[in-house]
Amino acid sequence: MSVEQNYDDIPGTIVFDSQQAARGYHLNQFCISLRQQKNRDEFSADPEGYIDRFPMNAEQRHAALNQEWTRLLELGGNIYYTSKLAAYHGINFQELAGLMTGMGSDAYRAMMVAGGRSIDGNRYKKEWER
Amino acid sequence: MAYISSGVACSHVPALGVASDTGISDDDYYGPIFKGFEPSKKWMADEKPDVIFLVYNDHCTAFDATVIPTFALGCATEYQPADEGWGPRPVPVVKGHQELSAHIAQSLVLDMFDITVINQMEVDHGLTVPLTMMFGQPDEWPCPVVPLAVNVVQYPAPLGQRCFALGKAIRTAIESYPEDLKICVFGTGGMSHQLQHQRAGLINSEWDARFMDLLVNDPDKGSQIEHIEYLREAGSEGIELVMWYVMRGALNEKVEEKHRFYHVPASNTAVGHLILENR
Repeated sequence: MSVEQNYDDIPGTIVFDSQQAARGYHLNQFCISLRQQKNRDEFSADPEGYIDRFPMNAEQRHAALNQEWTRLLELGGNIYYTSKLAAYHGINFQELAGLMTGMGSDAYRAMMVAGGRSIDGNRYKKEWER
Repeated sequence: MAYISSGVACSHVPALGVASDTGISDDDYYGPIFKGFEPSKKWMADEKPDVIFLVYNDHCTAFDATVIPTFALGCATEYQPADEGWGPRPVPVVKGHQELSAHIAQSLVLDMFDITVINQMEVDHGLTVPLTMMFGQPDEWPCPVVPLAVNVVQYPAPLGQRCFALGKAIRTAIESYPEDLKICVFGTGGMSHQLQHQRAGLINSEWDARFMDLLVNDPDKGSQIEHIEYLREAGSEGIELVMWYVMRGALNEKVEEKHRFYHVPASNTAVGHLILENR
C-alpha cells in the first residue's frame, strides 16, 4: 500500500523516497556497477547476460536496455544512478535532461542559459493539467 | 585549542570540475562563474586555514544503495578522487586529518549525534569541485580535509534544523581539540536545481536569494524551512541546501558576509556561493 505524501502533487518529479529506493534497488545497483571500466566492458560484450546478474523486474530490465530515462525513474531508479548508465552511453547530465524533458539538448541548453525553467506554473500538478 | 574562523557555502556542480580540468574555465559559458570565485581564491590565500571541515554529499559514487548513512564522517588519512563513470578527476589526492576526525567522531556520538564512521572512501565531485573553486589547480591541496557526507539523495534528507544542530555539535567538538588549528567549514551543494524527469531545469532565483539572506542573518528561521518547500520551490535536487546549515550551525550567531556570488546556469544548476566570517 502506498502512503499519500505531500510531494505527490509536484509535477514532472519523482521523489526518490524510501518506497522508490526499495523498488529500484537492483536497478540502481546495476547502474552504479557501470562506474567501473571492467563492468562497462562486460556489459558491452553481453548486455543481456550482464544485466541478468541483477534481479530487477522485467519492466525495469526493458527500460534499462532501451534507455527509457523517465520510465527508469518511475520504476525506482534515481537520477544519480541512471546518470551512470547514461554516462556509459556517452550522455552527460545536461543531455540527459534534454532527453527526459523531451526538449532535446539544444532547446534545453537554451532554456538554461536564459535562466532555467521558471517556478511559475511549475509548482503543482494542477498547473500542468490546465 | 582548535577554532572555527570562517565558513564557505559553495555549489558543487560537476560541470565546473570538468571545465577546470579541460581548460575551458575562461570561455563565454564558464568564464563568468570562475570570475565570481576570483575574490574567493584571494580571500582563501589570506585566510590560510589549517584544516577544512567539508560538508558534502556523495552522488552514488563511493556509497552505492547497499548502505545509506545519513551522516558519515571520514576518518581516513587520505581520500582518492573517484571514477564517476568518466574516469577520476585529475586533481590531487585529498589528505585527511585522522586525529581530528577521530576526535570529532567520538565527541559527536557522545553529544547524541550518532554518525557513521568511514575509514575508507573515495570522494566525488561533491567534495573536489568546491576545492577547485576555492583553490584553483594546485599540485597539492593546501590543507587537510575532514569530510562529512550527508545523505541528500534518498528522501528524506536530514531536516535543516537537524543539520543546524549538528553544526553546533561539530563546533563543540572542534573547540575541545587541544591542537591550535584554524578551521574553515564548507557547506556545499545547491542551489535550486532539478536534474530529473520532466521538470528538469527548474531554477528559482528569488527563492535562492531569500535562502541566502536567511542563512546569513536569521539561521534559526531559515533552518526551519520544510522539506516540501525545498522540493517544490528549489527542485528535487535543491534539497542539497540543507547541508549549508551544517556549516552555518558551526559558525557564530552573528557573521560577516565577506562575499556573495550567484549565477545561472552551470549545466542544470544555479551556482551560489558565500564567504562568512565569525564576528
